[in-house]
Amino acid sequence: MTVWHKLRPYGMVAPAIIIFSLFFIYPIFYMIYLSFYDWNFISPTKTFVGIQNFVDLLSEPEFMQVLSNTTVYTVLTVTLTTALSLLLALWLNRGNFFYGIVQGAIFSPHIISLVSISLLWSWLMDPEYGLLNWVIGLFGFGKLQWLSHPSTSLVSLVIVAVWKGIGYNTLVFIAGLQSIPADIYEAASLDRSRPWTTFTKLILPMLSPTIFFLVIINMIGSFQVFETIAIMTQGGPVNSTNTLVYYIYEYGFRFFKIGYASAAGVILLVIVGILTIIYFKLLSNRVHYR
Amino acid sequence: MARILLKGISKTFKDETVIQDLNLEIKDGSFTVLVGPSGCGKSTTLRMVAGLEKQSGGEIWIDDTCVNDTPPGMRDVAMVFQNYALYPTMTVRGNIEFGLKNRGVPRNERDKLVKDISEIVGLAPFLDKKPQSLSGGQRQRVALARAMVKKPKVFILDEPLSNLDAKLRNQMRTELIQLHKRLGTTFVYVTHDQVEAMSMGDEIVVMNKGAIQQADSPMKLYQDPANLFTAQFIGTPAMNIIDMQGMKGLNIRSDRPVGFIGFRPEQGLLNPDRPVEGLVLKGDILTRESLGAENIYQIRSDAGTFFVKTFLRPLEPADAVTVAVPHDQLYYFGPDGGRIYGAGMQERALIAGGAIV
Repeated sequence: MTVWHKLRPYGMVAPAIIIFSLFFIYPIFYMIYLSFYDWNFISPTKTFVGIQNFVDLLSEPEFMQVLSNTTVYTVLTVTLTTALSLLLALWLNRGNFFYGIVQGAIFSPHIISLVSISLLWSWLMDPEYGLLNWVIGLFGFGKLQWLSHPSTSLVSLVIVAVWKGIGYNTLVFIAGLQSIPADIYEAASLDRSRPWTTFTKLILPMLSPTIFFLVIINMIGSFQVFETIAIMTQGGPVNSTNTLVYYIYEYGFRFFKIGYASAAGVILLVIVGILTIIYFKLLSNRVHYR
Repeated sequence: MARILLKGISKTFKDETVIQDLNLEIKDGSFTVLVGPSGCGKSTTLRMVAGLEKQSGGEIWIDDTCVNDTPPGMRDVAMVFQNYALYPTMTVRGNIEFGLKNRGVPRNERDKLVKDISEIVGLAPFLDKKPQSLSGGQRQRVALARAMVKKPKVFILDEPLSNLDAKLRNQMRTELIQLHKRLGTTFVYVTHDQVEAMSMGDEIVVMNKGAIQQADSPMKLYQDPANLFTAQFIGTPAMNIIDMQGMKGLNIRSDRPVGFIGFRPEQGLLNPDRPVEGLVLKGDILTRESLGAENIYQIRSDAGTFFVKTFLRPLEPADAVTVAVPHDQLYYFGPDGGRIYGAGMQERALIAGGAIV
């Protein structure tokens, strides 16, 4: 064994490790470090304040609303995206004529930049001139305020997120459905299984790894929602769409309260961390894998 | 118990005709084996009987009911799939009783049925395990138990042994034969393995290119093949076929033109001690396979390469050999492959040995 032989594997993984450490590991620790300080980003001195940032955050009603907004947004987005894309996948998986067209159509939002999508939906949801109000007007309904009213603004953002996410989710569900061998369905039909029984007793359990994967990926993604909010609502009206990441961004890069923003970042890190741990725990115990 | 009748069945996938005008009667209580090369339509036929595939034309009758529009679950048919098709999310018990649950069989009756069946197939210790933790043979038994527990009129088995190793396959083969005897139910079995077909079936249906070549008992099929295809498909090694086009000096009397002559490898006498009345071929031994009780020789002659099988005789050391086939062991086929009965060689040629050198 030459030295080169021993070093080669480390040399091979070094670029990935360096980039990962520099842009992921280091910022995380730096953020945790900053969360104990009071700093305005510019001043050369940082003041150590202990857990004061966390105390401030958790006693701030605005932050509590942000947490609640984020949770409501996540729960709605994840449930709707998963349920709708599962239904779509079941329908498309029959391999009918629509398959190609619909699959392409619903997947296209996934490849469009979120900024474009946000602008597009801002127009669609415009209370005066938007297409959506015109369409519901055709059915005789009154105008909705969409993004401009606290009661509908968060749900409007959920609609955009579902619209954006459904294509990718459907695609993953279709892949999951196609990995179920056809003879399982045939055996079920010979066993006089009704469609609903086949779905609940066979398809759903066999899809459980897929469902679980998507729920967790969507959850983590929803907790970190930022672009649509920054472009469409800036957290308003009256804080009704302010979410965790947007809150961090505002405090960090607009009000320059870096320590305070870092503390909020640590809370986000803890939430996402807990979700990930639950994911792997459940994955090893509850979810069926072949 | 049930008799199955296929009347003028045809099947087309898009523009491709897989089966055309197939007529077949599967007798009540028989062990019928559909055998043929890949893509001959045997599995498709089976799946149409089960209702998993809809025929393009014709009628399927099970007993006195035309089941053309009966869904699979209502045909009283149970199937064992090639890959077992067990429900991976359910335990062995769940797999076996799923069909019973769907029929609304009450719980205590279900438990008794599952218990009885699992003892018959030797699965009792595994009832609470998932299929993926079982071996191939055990999964096979779960598939069988799942089919048996419904007490169907017809058992359908689609290459059920092809995923097992050779030893287990032989064992399961015997078990299936015993199972058939015990249940007395009609078994329809698909395989591409003619040995499996010969050893298990009491009725064998040889298929090729979507058409039935011959449907008969195993021995009838072996001794009296209706055509060239059956003759070459059944038997290990297959029947030797000599193309008449490359032959001279043979004097055959027949009312129809003869295209091919065939003989079974075990009917060829290697270096006979006494002169034999029949076809005599001279050739060189290419290979020798010694299987203990029997030896198989591959021999090249001017009439082509053929096999000869000998029993309980020492391995032939010489390279140049003479092979004689008695007159009554020769099969004659027309140029289209159809069997010609009543053909034979001229007496004079026989006395002269009918030799082709």
